Amino acid sequence: MGVGHAHALYVHGHSPVHALAPQVKLAAIVVFVIAVAITPRQEVWAFGLYAVVALMTVALARVPALFVLSRLAAIVPFILFAVFIPFVGTGERIDFLGVLLSREGLWAAWNIIAKATLGATASIVLIATTEVTDMLRGMLALRVPAVMTSIAGFMVRYLELIISELGRMRMAMSSRGYDPRWLSQARPIATGAGALFVRSYERGERIHSAMLSRGFTGVMPTLVETRATPASWVLALAFPVVCLGMAILALVVS
Amino acid sequence: MTSSSLEVHGLHFHYPDGRQALDGVDLVVGPGQRVALLGPNGAGKTTLALCLNGVYRAEQGKILVGAVELTDETLGSVRRRVGLVFQDPNDQLFMPTVAEDVAFGPANLGLSGAELDQRVASALEGVGASGLGPRVPHHLSGGEKRLAAIATVLAMEPEIVVLDEPGSGLDPAGRRELIATLSSLDVTQIVITHDLPLALELCPRAVIMDRGRVMVDLTTTDLLRSPELLRRHRLEIPYGFVLAD
Repeated sequence: MGVGHAHALYVHGHSPVHALAPQVKLAAIVVFVIAVAITPRQEVWAFGLYAVVALMTVALARVPALFVLSRLAAIVPFILFAVFIPFVGTGERIDFLGVLLSREGLWAAWNIIAKATLGATASIVLIATTEVTDMLRGMLALRVPAVMTSIAGFMVRYLELIISELGRMRMAMSSRGYDPRWLSQARPIATGAGALFVRSYERGERIHSAMLSRGFTGVMPTLVETRATPASWVLALAFPVVCLGMAILALVVS
Repeated sequence: MTSSSLEVHGLHFHYPDGRQALDGVDLVVGPGQRVALLGPNGAGKTTLALCLNGVYRAEQGKILVGAVELTDETLGSVRRRVGLVFQDPNDQLFMPTVAEDVAFGPANLGLSGAELDQRVASALEGVGASGLGPRVPHHLSGGEKRLAAIATVLAMEPEIVVLDEPGSGLDPAGRRELIATLSSLDVTQIVITHDLPLALELCPRAVIMDRGRVMVDLTTTDLLRSPELLRRHRLEIPYGFVLAD
């Protein structure tokens, strides 16, 4: 593993989180995210607990804080949207440093920011400690239908090829003086996209022939099985399950 | 590894758009022979290759691998015995790592565990690429991809290997390594190529296909000494190339 095939979001390391079987990590993340999502927004203490769990995991995975923060930039659009809500929200107004803000809007903003940040942090830890191929194996181990994992696998394998094909096509266009500035010049881009689709389709057919000629009968063979020890399941799921328990408790109480 | 004979009789195939790709191909290749399959673009060489292990099913004619005729019943065993190395290694390397790709064929044959690992290791070793196992296909060089693609086919332990333009896109050293690898393999080989020096070095016998038929069948040396024959089928000896006596 790891010989020059890490993806851009992967942080190379040997932490206990890196060492966990991918299916265990996937399951833990799903449970954690469900807990975060169903928790009523006014239960601030619960979000505090989730934040502690998330930060502990980041520390345990030895993923640099700066890395997590930079990747969190992906949710900035949602946060900007959330920040806007208290200003335009209706209902009861409260005075904050001389600005009148909607109470309902503030809660809505808090809800979005807290849940998005926690969910994204958990996903960042997962992706920073798991190779794509392992992720696919983890999905298989969790009984995700093989058709879906195969499609994802092929996408990972051929995306780079298709992107480089697109790059070459663009280069071929610009080398012949194509420099689009106006919408009316978009036609070659559209035909290029069409050509790329046809090429990818034809490649798909050739790959299928290559698979058939090596005895493919419609079912992908399982070549590498990832096994998880009961101890690792307990270790990884303990905190997410506690979080889920808290979330359910909060739901019942509120 | 054992090698097997191949017989093709009166093979016809046309594409759905109506183009006749094979128009009565006859070819007999003895066990362990290496034959260069030459001919202009569009002659039907690749189509023939795809017919040989049943990816395309011919409308007429028959194919015999050893004593076994290719039919619906024998399709699985013929696919194991006839290995196809595609022109673009990217079409052949579709798994996340080279080792998994090499394991794909034998795993389809039902191998698993230590036996499968052993098969993968020896196939990679056979092409002198033992170190490539854990690598990701899209990070390999052109030459490495080619060797990995050949290993994926060798792992099936085929008796006949059909290679579609194996030398294309390789740098001179990569081409030399490829020739060395192919000549070390103890299987019947059909090498589709436009590269006449490669054909001469690798294959004692040459067959020219044109317009869906086998037109010429003689020794590679004799073919290279027949400029008229070469010209008729759009083949050319590279400039400056002199045939040693």
